[in-house]
Parts: sequence; C-alpha cells; structure tokens
Amino acid sequence: MNIVSDKDILSKNKNGLQVGEEEHERTFKAQEVAKELNLKGKVCPYTFIESMLALEEMEIGEVLRVIVDYPPAVCDVPKSLQNEGYEILDVSPTNETDWAILVKNTEFK
Amino acid sequence: MKFSEEQIHRYSRQMILPGIGGKGQRKLAEAKVFIMGAGGLGSPAAIYLAAAGVGTIGLADSDDVEIHNLQRQILHRTCDIGLPKVESGRKTLESLNPEVKVEIYCERVTSTNIQRIIKGYDLVLDGSDNFPTRFLVNDACYFERKTLISGAILRYDGQLSTFKPHAGGPCYRCLCPEPPPPGLVPSCQEAGVLGAVAGIIGLFQANEALKEILGIGQSMAGRFLLFNALNLSFTEMKIQRNPECPLCGENPTIKELIDYTQSCSTRDTAPLQTSTKTLD
Repeated sequence: MNIVSDKDILSKNKNGLQVGEEEHERTFKAQEVAKELNLKGKVCPYTFIESMLALEEMEIGEVLRVIVDYPPAVCDVPKSLQNEGYEILDVSPTNETDWAILVKNTEFK
Repeated sequence: MKFSEEQIHRYSRQMILPGIGGKGQRKLAEAKVFIMGAGGLGSPAAIYLAAAGVGTIGLADSDDVEIHNLQRQILHRTCDIGLPKVESGRKTLESLNPEVKVEIYCERVTSTNIQRIIKGYDLVLDGSDNFPTRFLVNDACYFERKTLISGAILRYDGQLSTFKPHAGGPCYRCLCPEPPPPGLVPSCQEAGVLGAVAGIIGLFQANEALKEILGIGQSMAGRFLLFNALNLSFTEMKIQRNPECPLCGENPTIKELIDYTQSCSTRDTAPLQTSTKTLD
C-alpha cells in the first residue's frame, strides 16, 4: 500500500502547487464536480468515513468535493483517502475557516 | 443500505480500516452467523460479532445458565442463573447492539433439525462442548456447504481451524475420522478450563468469522492452530484434505447425519490431536 505522509499533503497545502503542476491544476478545476459533501462541524474520523461512503456510491472517474472546517481533517482526510487508493486532485482553502478537498473516484478496487 | 449517523459513529473505528469501509460494513450487516453453543467459546465470539455489526446471529444451546458457567461464559450474568442460555445471550447481545437480530434455538441440536437450522446462515461457529455435537456440526456443514470455524479448549490449551471442504480444504473428520470412544478421557468437570483460554479461542473464532465475511486476510482453512496459555505459545500446522476421509474423501462412507451417543460422565471423550481436548 502506498502510504501518504502528512508532509506530502502539507507541502501542497502550504506551498500551493508545485512547479509543473499548473497545467494539471487548470485541468482538474475544469472537471465537473459530481457531488459535494458539506462536512462542516464534523471531526475525524467521521470526515473521512463520510467522504469514503460518498465515494463508494459514485461512479469511477467522478469527482467529489468535500468541505471541511476541522483543521486536522485538512491533512487527515486527503491522506486517508489517498491510502485507500482515491486520487486527491486538490486541497485548498475556500475562506478563513473552510477547506475544499477535491477527490476522484478511481478504479483501484 | 444507507448508514445513519449513529451507525457511522458506532462502527467508525473499524470502518476506517483498509479492507472494511462502507462496503465491508454492509457485508457484516448482511451476514448471518450461526453459533453452536452459548458457552465459553460462543459467548466471546457472539459478543464481538454483535459489536462488529454482524446482522444476524443464531445462538443454539439447550442448557440453562448455572453458577459454574459464569467463570468463562461472559454472555451471562449472575442474575441470569436459571434462564435458558440463549435467552440470556440474546438479552446481552441486544443490549450491546440493538441493530443485531438474534435468533435463538433453545433445543437440542440433532441430526433431525441441524440442517434446517443452519441452512439460512452463511457461516457456522462451533463452540460445542462435546464430540457428538462437534461431529454433527462438521457433517451438517459439509452437507450444507457451510464454512465452519472450529474452536476447542481444555485446561490451558486451545485449538482453532476453519473447515471449508466445499472450497477444497479439509473437514474435521480429515483430522479425526470418528469420535473417540466414550470414557477415554476425563469429564469436563474433572478436566477444567481457564476462562481466559475460552475467551482467547472464542475471539479467534470471531476474528476468523469476520475475515471470512469480509474476504480479507489469510483464512485458517488448511491450517490448524494450537495454543497453550501457560507458555503463551502458538503452534501452527498445515492440514490437508484426507483422501480417505469417511465424509469428504474419495470413497465416503458417511452419507447422512449421525447422532452419536454421549456418556454423561464423559462429555468430552478424546483429544483431537495431542493433549488438547474439547470443552465448551
């Protein structure tokens, strides 16, 4: 299993996109979000579980947008989803309190 | 099945495990597990299966709760003395997890009713305390093509295996073709058992049941585990299908279920392999 470290997630959160990823950024932002899940007010591990449950019901290739406001979830949810094999497209703040996680349902199972 | 907020909270610590998730939790909710005996092995197994959210648990036992059961049979409390074990067991399981459907069979399981009882279940756990029942359960599981998770304990020893002859593995009779003659070994009252050993082996059975339901990990089919509590030692042996097995071999002689007689002074009549014998 490919284990994702906090550092991997945080390096993207804090530094924004790395060099060479801008094209990728534009591509995935243009992707249609099939479902949005508002998990504001929820804490870990429920943020991860609810994201995973939503993804399990979605078609392969569809993108889920998860909104969280629990700071540890910004790191933990993408890391846990990535460990499960889902593809994290983006993690970015939407305002002072909320973060949006874009995750793609992948054909890993 | 859509999970409620309460279900997500109840099962969160296992739903986050790789290999479980929502899909695995649904498998557990749809699973039906039959437990033979609400005693030393059946108690811990049933409690953990109920806690994990196994949807239907069948409990069969014709005995009432007695004070000497309480040292190891953790489904039952002192206030349950005198109640049928299955009633007491159902009460405990339902209070732990009201989502679990508990089917009880307060009757002696024999050749005439066992196939009807286990037919509706996916998996059978044997926690019986005597060889006649142990052989009956094995044979019925073979005829009904049910996976059997077998546990046995005595004194400080325990043993564990999974029998799936329908999937190519051995059955219990591949190891021990016939029940040992009555009187060969001391009665269970004389032999004794440490309660914690019952807990350990019963929980191994629950663990294997969960793995079989979820389709994760390495099955105990074709493997036989011996446990000794005093040394805290585990010995694992590979076991194979016996072509001369009277039940699942090439020329089977057992074509129907057999009710072996049971002497009241020798509820457990012989060891399976070594010094390890059965006691609920």
